[in-house]
Amino acid sequence: MSLSVRIDHTWPGFALSVDVTAPPGVTALFGTSGAGKTTLIRAIAGLLRPDRGRIAVDGRVLFDSDRGVNLPPHRRRVGYVFQDARLFPHLSVRQNLLYGRWFAGPGGGPTLAQITDLLGIAPLLERHPAALSGGEAQRVALGRALLARPGILLLDEPLAALDQPRKAEILPYLRALRDATDLPILHVSHDPQEIRALATTVLRLEGGRVIAQGPPDAVLPLPLDAGVTLRATPRDGPGPGQWVDTAAGVLHVATRATGPLQLRIAADQVMVATAPPAGLLGATVLPARVVEQADGLLRLAVGTTHLLARAPQDPALCPPPGCAVHAVLLRDPTVLDATGRATGSPSQTD
Amino acid sequence: MPADWLSPADWQAVRLSLKVAFWAVLCSLPLGILTAHALARWRFPGRGLLNMLVHLPLILPPVVTGYLLLLTFGRQGAVGAWLEQVGIVLAFRWTGAALAAAIMAFPLMVRAIRLSIEAVDPRLEQAAATLGARPAWVFVTVTLPLILPGILAGAVLAFAKAIGEFGATITFVSNIPGQTQTLPSAIYTRLQVPGAEAQAGRLVLVAIALSVGALVLSEWLSRAAARRVAP
Repeated sequence: MSLSVRIDHTWPGFALSVDVTAPPGVTALFGTSGAGKTTLIRAIAGLLRPDRGRIAVDGRVLFDSDRGVNLPPHRRRVGYVFQDARLFPHLSVRQNLLYGRWFAGPGGGPTLAQITDLLGIAPLLERHPAALSGGEAQRVALGRALLARPGILLLDEPLAALDQPRKAEILPYLRALRDATDLPILHVSHDPQEIRALATTVLRLEGGRVIAQGPPDAVLPLPLDAGVTLRATPRDGPGPGQWVDTAAGVLHVATRATGPLQLRIAADQVMVATAPPAGLLGATVLPARVVEQADGLLRLAVGTTHLLARAPQDPALCPPPGCAVHAVLLRDPTVLDATGRATGSPSQTD
Repeated sequence: MPADWLSPADWQAVRLSLKVAFWAVLCSLPLGILTAHALARWRFPGRGLLNMLVHLPLILPPVVTGYLLLLTFGRQGAVGAWLEQVGIVLAFRWTGAALAAAIMAFPLMVRAIRLSIEAVDPRLEQAAATLGARPAWVFVTVTLPLILPGILAGAVLAFAKAIGEFGATITFVSNIPGQTQTLPSAIYTRLQVPGAEAQAGRLVLVAIALSVGALVLSEWLSRAAARRVAP
């Protein structure tokens, strides 16, 4: 099963223009708020009518402006899990779960028992939604969508309204669901950690366009704070910059100082080479060893400390832990002032 | 309370009022729910006009409403003449009193139901649609159960208003004892006769009791409606 979406939609101050396909498995829609993520899945669910385009699930056309096809939401068989669970307050958990199944009619699909087992909600069946915690309500909403026998599952930031422990409680269920079904799952999120835990493919949206598509580590931005801070002691020598001693080795900085310095080496500034690089002018090369890989980053042991580097986009190219490599500092480290902020531009001298 | 606390004629007026109000509410309720739903949820040309029409009986002098009913539903009226051919006569019958009461109570009924529909989160209805429910089923399985207390509150309020309707009723169906003499008409008649003040006073007490009871019940149901839609 797969999903293909090609739509253009404009309204004052915003334009959405995407052409994407999503294979079975979890495809994350990542982007800041206002990037068009929710607009895109509302269009797929039929809650919003795009100006132009075509939407098909598994070859079944839901919307085609050229052919005048626009199925109403109740005929699209799209499982939509909203940020707020939207359980029906007048129905029990069991009745909520079976609501969509009744309209889907008999035949096929997971049973109530399978779903309640998968999501761990069997003990909640006779309760009313008002008596559920946020995490429980979201699991029931997920089960309700699945029992309606959808051709695709749309998750609109289902974890965003939950605190960290509740998120951690639901993630394993989402993973189990992903592995138990061959539905394409579109998962809207702005939480890179959540996406890394679930998604096989990430579509990164910005300003209504897909600006990147690929595996999470290649597409997701590095955490803003990825990098390490080192203490440095200046050495004497000719200007304009100077050499400094650090736990990682001898580095060059663009400024001159007499006392100890704080340096910042962002993961973006560090490249990993598996063979000794040659002919890199202005770059500092330090011997290093791979410690671990996580969240799109490589942690390297350099000198007596660690540096962070961006992991290669292709996981196959990633050197295994323990592998000896070379850390290439593409630029001089940033010098921090006493408050931990970067001092003026690197070319300035004191 | 002795059985002769109210005279047989007075009892007749009370019974007639209850009967008129009951049928007025029962027959106008489906239209009231539909109108309230249309005003709360649909966007269509003429929505403002419909809203005004529904509220008109609240503002028009009741005697004008009664006269317009007579012109339309009287035996010579456009609709009345046609209805008489199929065997339905409204003018000067209790059925006419029910029609007048229904029209006068309609704004209150629609208002109460509309408020309860507006309190239902439309996102619940969207969720129902994505689960495969066509709009009519969304209404029956989600909206209707959630607004049920609101509907009852509107119906009770309309019932109380229908019991008390006077101006339009007396204009349209007159004040015939045993046929169209409702509770307010009976009170009015007693007050025209010297020496019947005590009789009128007792009817006034009945009217107050019915109205206060209905108001309390309607309030209670409205609150139940609010609890229901806000989990």
